[in-house]
Amino acid sequence: MQPVATTFFFYFLSALALLGAVFVITRRNAVHSALALIVTLLALAGIYLMLYAPFVAGVQIILYAGGIMVLFLFVIMLVNLERAEKEKQFNQQWLIALVAAGGLGLLFVRVFTESKTVSGLLQKPLAQLAESTNTQQVGIALYGNYMLAFEIASLLLLVAIVGAVVMAKKRI
Amino acid sequence: MVPITPIHYLILAAALFALGTIGVLTRRNVVIVLMSIELILNAVNLNLVAFSRLWGLNGQVFAIFVITDAAAEAAVGLGILIAFFRNRETVNMDEVDLLKW
Repeated sequence: MQPVATTFFFYFLSALALLGAVFVITRRNAVHSALALIVTLLALAGIYLMLYAPFVAGVQIILYAGGIMVLFLFVIMLVNLERAEKEKQFNQQWLIALVAAGGLGLLFVRVFTESKTVSGLLQKPLAQLAESTNTQQVGIALYGNYMLAFEIASLLLLVAIVGAVVMAKKRI
Repeated sequence: MVPITPIHYLILAAALFALGTIGVLTRRNVVIVLMSIELILNAVNLNLVAFSRLWGLNGQVFAIFVITDAAAEAAVGLGILIAFFRNRETVNMDEVDLLKW
């Protein structure tokens, strides 16, 4: 017996996420796009909670909705967008791009629903994920199996900081 | 009522990915193109977390690495955008041709 709340929250949160995504790519004003993107990110954080990933949900809210979106909003305020708002918003190849991207999405859906390999992958019973010790287990994985990748990620962030400063500074 | 299985999450991720691709390919405003890239990365993350529901925690660890990469990409991308805006006074994707000879 499946609880009804799961179904309701899944459809509610995915409708919110898709609506936010549509607003991101259609709004004329970049600030409105950024706010719609925040809605999408928060809805996805809720979906991560439904998938027994509370740590990823927290990271999503703190890093994405809190950090990256603040960066975006700052840049929108630094860059003068008033001229861009009055101009044409879509380029000339929009129709063919729409068809190509729609075809790509349909291809994904078809592979997920029709392919024997994928349905074989999905036949597995759900893993037993402990919700209360999730953060602990992610930490153990990060500092155990993924130690090297973790260190390389810190190096990547250092390079990104230096690169962003070099790019944005007037005179070095 | 149909129970929610991982395939539902995968289809949601495919829809988000397609919307992000449409944004990248059609918009002229560089800021919104960067936001569409964030949408694509989020779709990938949703895929990883949905598979971690079946296969254990590794997907969640990878999702965290993808979020780290997204932060680095946003910082460098927006830095490039500021440098470009200082040179050309525009944020239109079509006019980004400084490397064209």
